Amino acid sequence: MIRFEHVSVTYAGAAAPVLRDVDLRLDEGELCLVVGHTGTGKSTLLGAVNGLVPHFTGGTLTGRVTVAGRDTAHHPPRELADLVGVVGQDPVAGFVTDTVEEELAYGMEQLALDPKVMRTRVEQALDLLGLAELRHRGLHQLSGGQQQRVAIAAALTAHPRVLVLDEPTSALDPTGAEDVLAAITRLVHDLGITVVLAEHRLERVIPYADRVLQVTGDGAVTCGDPAVVLAASTVAPPVVELARHAGWTPVPLSVRDARRRAAALRERLPAAPPPHRTSRATEATELTARGVTVRHGPVVAVRGVDLDLHRGEVTALMGRNGSGKSSLLWALQGAGRRDGGSVAVRDGSGRTDPRSVSAARARALVGLVPQSAADLLYLDTVGGELDQADRDGAAPGTAATLLDAIAPGIDRAAHPRDLSAGQQLALVLAVQLAVTPGVVLLDEPTRGLDYRAKQALAATVDTLAARGHALVVATHDVEFAALVADRVVVLAEGEIVADGPAAAVLTASPSFAPQVAKILAPAPYLTVGQVRAALAEEAV
Amino acid sequence: MSSLAAARLPRPLHPIAWWLWALALATAASRTGNPLLLALIFAVLGLAVTVRRGDAPWARAFGYYLLLALSVIVIRVLFRAVFAAGTAPDDHILFTLPHLPTPDWYAGIRLGGPVSLEAVLSAALDGMRLACLLCCIGAANTLANPKRALRVLPGALYELGVAVTVALTVAPQLVESVQRVARARRLRAGRTRGLRALRAIALPVLHDALDRSLRLAAAMDSRGYGRTGSATRTSRLLTGALMLTGMTGLCVGAYGLLDPTVPGGVGVGGFAAGAVLCTGGLILGGRRVSRSRYRPDPWQWPEWTVAVGGLAAAVVLAAATGYDPAALGTGPLRWPTLPVLPAAAILLAAVAALAAPPPPPRHRPAVPAGALP
Repeated sequence: MIRFEHVSVTYAGAAAPVLRDVDLRLDEGELCLVVGHTGTGKSTLLGAVNGLVPHFTGGTLTGRVTVAGRDTAHHPPRELADLVGVVGQDPVAGFVTDTVEEELAYGMEQLALDPKVMRTRVEQALDLLGLAELRHRGLHQLSGGQQQRVAIAAALTAHPRVLVLDEPTSALDPTGAEDVLAAITRLVHDLGITVVLAEHRLERVIPYADRVLQVTGDGAVTCGDPAVVLAASTVAPPVVELARHAGWTPVPLSVRDARRRAAALRERLPAAPPPHRTSRATEATELTARGVTVRHGPVVAVRGVDLDLHRGEVTALMGRNGSGKSSLLWALQGAGRRDGGSVAVRDGSGRTDPRSVSAARARALVGLVPQSAADLLYLDTVGGELDQADRDGAAPGTAATLLDAIAPGIDRAAHPRDLSAGQQLALVLAVQLAVTPGVVLLDEPTRGLDYRAKQALAATVDTLAARGHALVVATHDVEFAALVADRVVVLAEGEIVADGPAAAVLTASPSFAPQVAKILAPAPYLTVGQVRAALAEEAV
Repeated sequence: MSSLAAARLPRPLHPIAWWLWALALATAASRTGNPLLLALIFAVLGLAVTVRRGDAPWARAFGYYLLLALSVIVIRVLFRAVFAAGTAPDDHILFTLPHLPTPDWYAGIRLGGPVSLEAVLSAALDGMRLACLLCCIGAANTLANPKRALRVLPGALYELGVAVTVALTVAPQLVESVQRVARARRLRAGRTRGLRALRAIALPVLHDALDRSLRLAAAMDSRGYGRTGSATRTSRLLTGALMLTGMTGLCVGAYGLLDPTVPGGVGVGGFAAGAVLCTGGLILGGRRVSRSRYRPDPWQWPEWTVAVGGLAAAVVLAAATGYDPAALGTGPLRWPTLPVLPAAAILLAAVAALAAPPPPPRHRPAVPAGALP
């Protein structure tokens, strides 16, 4: 179906090619997962399938890419629209019309299909992705998961034989992501479409993959059976890491497979696991919020929330999309709306409401890194941003020292927008930490981060907790929460529905349970690290 | 079910039908100075909007148009009162505003002075006519989905339609982007006013907008936008020339038709010539486009009824002004009479509007389980 013959891609001005001599053959009806660290050329590989690389992005492509016999050198993306459907990371950016039904028809209108054919195909696509109830709705009134399903349906109506998806679930909560992935696997099984999928959170997709393409970073792409590739990969979901420690071969890829193998391991492990992380939590309250309420018009985003944050404690704030996590964080910082309740932050020996003081004082009390962290960056160089951060109330060099501690080796002359998502986050964190706020709030920091960047972020969060900051991390990422959190707070419709130690909350419900917990239940293990520690203890 | 009845099942009426109806009423309004007829047109617009609008966001716009219309009348009257025109000897003086002396070099305009009832009434009538035109446009926008109207554009103008649609969705995104960045600015305690703040806000917003437009372009390209072959240079030039002259013709024609002082031949002739040229241009431009349309709005007898009903009112009023100059209303003070024929024509337009099928409910109620098939 898709053939890459000796394909190399070099972008203008780049010293080395992004892809080097890639030879691939993907067959009809395969679900092919593309893995690799950020910036290794995953998107380039995906873009090359329908000719966006190099027709749209520029750069030089040598070799030959053919899809169903059509050479992308002679066919720009629009000429391949009937063969290849593309779904990006942010569905909203690709919407051309404004209602679900019209969006589904748009691609077919471009292909000049007969109106009767369009009618039936739209109905089929609506059913296939479970969108029939939403057909007349505006695209902007839908939830993230629904929008992503509309984008997939819109790509499908043209009856492509290949579907390319670039991180389709990165912005979705676990349930929304499940919906989208279930839809994708259904397509592979029911329609025999070839799917090429890039995804950071492998644990969600790997059980369904027929093949894994690993982009290694030096331009090479290796292709193979998921179990074989992942057993040796540096990018691996917890289930694979657990298998490595337990010595299972071949590596199980799904929770179900692993659970069937884990009976012996469950016997061996002590019933009371070692702590999943070294807690730095103290009893000293850093922030007290009482009855915090936030309204956006008629919608109550946060409904009378009481929350105490302690020094050295890392709290994960979880909940589905739109449950009020961001609104709560912004209200605690004082920069966002707060329609009721009180917030008091320790300020020297007294207590201060961050809303009652100037923005400069407030950020020295509570530092917030928003969801789109890059919004805070506006200068031309990393160095410039760091200097500006020092001028805003810190000793010269503070921000630079912080940045080097969080992410060493970032070029000071680089443009902040050219940094990877992880580096941008590190820079914003350094800027916000320069004034040493006692409370640090991170809103969805793991968005767009690969495993390595997430590990680095987890280490940073740990260091900050050890230094006595009180931290809140709002996240959809269960595995990350299991890694960093002492305590988990779950929000639903603006109210706290669960608040307790991470081990208790994360093992209580399947949708918020990390893979290791699912495999080893009923033993309350959360991370591979815990299992490793328990096994090491046993060996001694 | 007969096809006659099927055409009146709940569905949106073809947007062009509503636009023709509303523009025809606007033409009718511009041809009369009789306040009773104008009030009748207002009533008809109100009736049609109340009975036949959907519950989409744009369908709530009519209220704003009414407010705008009211403010037009008020402003018109206020201006006439303040910048007092001269008064005739037998005018009824209502009150006298203090006269403000203006410098010599500004002698053309008088501020203040006596305000006559005649002046106020004539200003109100002028304002009312303008307000009526505004409300006609408002009614068209309320009754017809503006985006569906764009979809009706001929093939040659398809790109224009897409550009407008995209712009309509991008504008709110840009506003959202500005709000988000301005809010984030407070997190760094940056200034939110002044030149430096402008840079700090504009830069991320522009980055955002640029990123978004690139992604949209990539998505549209991947979905086959602009797939069909492009036009040759000569055909493009010819299309452009035809369209431009055609448009000019249409403008001249419209002016001629709306202004009673211009001889009728200029209006009708210009309009016809412009229409022919534009049609030619559109056909020529549309030849290179091969694209189909999903669920095109049908044009059935309710569409004909609405359009013809509106046009009939316009024709009758345009003809009627000829033999009822007194109705133009600038004569001596007297209560206006309601001319029978034009009033009937306007009422006919109202009946025609009611022939349109009711709009579909946006959130369809589930059919009760026990309902008979």
